[in-house]
Amino acid sequence: MNAHDTLLYLDGVSVSFDGFRAINNLSLVLQAGEMRAIIGPNGAGKTTMMDIITGKTRPDAGDVYFNGEVDLTKHDEAEIALLGIGRKFQKPTVFESHTVEDNLVLALSGPRSAFSTLFHRQSRDEIDRIHEILYTIRLYDKRVWLAANLSHGQKQWLEIGMLLAQDPKLLLVDEPVAGMTDAETAETAKLLRDIAKTRSVLVVEHDMHFVRELGVKVTCLHEGSVLAEGSLDFVSNDQRVIEVYLGR
Amino acid sequence: MTQWFFLHVDRRGSIVIALLVAIAVLVPLSNLLLPVTSPLHVPTYLVSLIGKYLTYAMLAVALDLVWGFCGILSLGHGAFFALGGYAMGMYLMRQIGPRGVYADPVLPDFMVFLNWKELPWFWYGFDSFWFAALMVVLVPGVLAFGFGWLAFRSRVTGVYLSIITQALTYALLLAFFRNDMGFGGNNGLTDFKDILGFNIQAGSTRSVLFAATALFLALAVFVTSFIVRSKLGKVLVGVRDAESRMRFLGYRVDRYKLLVWTISAMMAGIAGALYVPQVGIINPSEFEPANSIEAVIWVAVGGRGTIIGPIIGAVLVNFGKTYFTAAFPEIWLFALGALFIVVTLFLPKGILGLYGMWKGKRADRAARKKDVAPPPVAAVSGRSPIPEPQAAE
Repeated sequence: MNAHDTLLYLDGVSVSFDGFRAINNLSLVLQAGEMRAIIGPNGAGKTTMMDIITGKTRPDAGDVYFNGEVDLTKHDEAEIALLGIGRKFQKPTVFESHTVEDNLVLALSGPRSAFSTLFHRQSRDEIDRIHEILYTIRLYDKRVWLAANLSHGQKQWLEIGMLLAQDPKLLLVDEPVAGMTDAETAETAKLLRDIAKTRSVLVVEHDMHFVRELGVKVTCLHEGSVLAEGSLDFVSNDQRVIEVYLGR
Repeated sequence: MTQWFFLHVDRRGSIVIALLVAIAVLVPLSNLLLPVTSPLHVPTYLVSLIGKYLTYAMLAVALDLVWGFCGILSLGHGAFFALGGYAMGMYLMRQIGPRGVYADPVLPDFMVFLNWKELPWFWYGFDSFWFAALMVVLVPGVLAFGFGWLAFRSRVTGVYLSIITQALTYALLLAFFRNDMGFGGNNGLTDFKDILGFNIQAGSTRSVLFAATALFLALAVFVTSFIVRSKLGKVLVGVRDAESRMRFLGYRVDRYKLLVWTISAMMAGIAGALYVPQVGIINPSEFEPANSIEAVIWVAVGGRGTIIGPIIGAVLVNFGKTYFTAAFPEIWLFALGALFIVVTLFLPKGILGLYGMWKGKRADRAARKKDVAPPPVAAVSGRSPIPEPQAAE
């Protein structure tokens, strides 16, 4: 398979930290419009893979292409974000001393240069988009709250909202339901399925219930490479997956 | 015009700007017009003293812009202040002309003393006030730009950046101490006579300098308010609180830092330029790392990230310094250290933060109360409302 007609294309990617191979000859392909769940034990390289895609970590070897043509290893975080890859961190990272609304204002796609932000005036259209997102992430009535005062689950949603505001083609979502109640988890699965109607999504998650609710193709990573790939039932019946991950 | 002003400055900022404009008018009037016996008369020494405090306050505002709002703790902002001061000092030296001790029409005294035959090239142009005024902002600005470009691009942050800024001012201190640098070495620049043709010792000149300082401080408050209340200001706070998140949102963090860092350095340069004619001397001790650290203390005491707090902090701490160093000179440094510890431990947002914390809590509580039920959407967005999803509580 070649990089054409794919949204995200990783081939033979490897990276080591002080001799430890965090990612080992990893290959993964994501089609446009696809949602994919990534599972795997701790240390399997899930977060490192996201670091590589978003430009935080440079791979030692291998190809990473976005949209079939853009070599992501040649760009930094800000450039990759502007290409249309948004990222939600494992630990919710919102701007705590800003209001919920201002968090979205910062994330909203638009000019990013220092001078254009200095003289920026919020347009009607931008306000509408922000309100739309506030409804989507169920935080409209908390829009003037400081983000610091939100609950853990609400912060996770706010961060997903910030991803939406960025209007990316591809969303990388790292453990979105960690620390959420069952009801919040179900709600988040619904939210992500809605989002996946118009964008591609890569979700890293440990919660098997959640992965099942997503109902998408699953890739299991182990020791930095792909162990198994397919439907959740197929993957969870794989003997090796049971051994390294599910069995324990 | 008024509307435009209030869009960019909050109420507290407007009050301070109005106050500064008022004292810019009233203090000189009182000094020049009221008889010495009047209880409202401000003596000339006090005019210069307060003028000096206000230049410190301006340095504090500049520092607050980078530290309070963008999280760049500079321990070398005194360097930009001193460079602005030197640029002004060079102009004042050239104004002395043939009235120096050695009566050389061109060369300042210290050059004659060192047996120099002609003016070094970097002293050219400083006989013109406007050239010097340009250098007051340009020299600190260019240095800050170069320094920031290297540091921010390499993602030097936190304590490492603070240490480099400290090294920067220390390096300049050592350089300016050397006689062959051409800035008067150890003694610096002094014995000024005139500024723009007016006797620098005269009460009227001092009053005008005071007024200029108050007005420039008001301008600094306005510029800083303008920046931090714009979207750029929100970006800066974002950088302060979660720098890498900002990058993943697509912001070139280094460029934002570079912009405010350079603006801040220019502001500090102007403060230094206003300081020198009012104290009558500029020498390398202004580059002392301790000066820059003191400026950080002013900001911390007043309340960082508040614009107004640093002004209060700078004026209060310096009043304290003036008093203590005269009354109990041996305990001043201990008092300053203790102050810093107390503020760091108990008042993370300084004097103004105390007030802000109380008010913020109240506002937040009110907002929560008010916003329990969402208002009708159509009124807010003007678009058909998206069906309200079921809350997941």
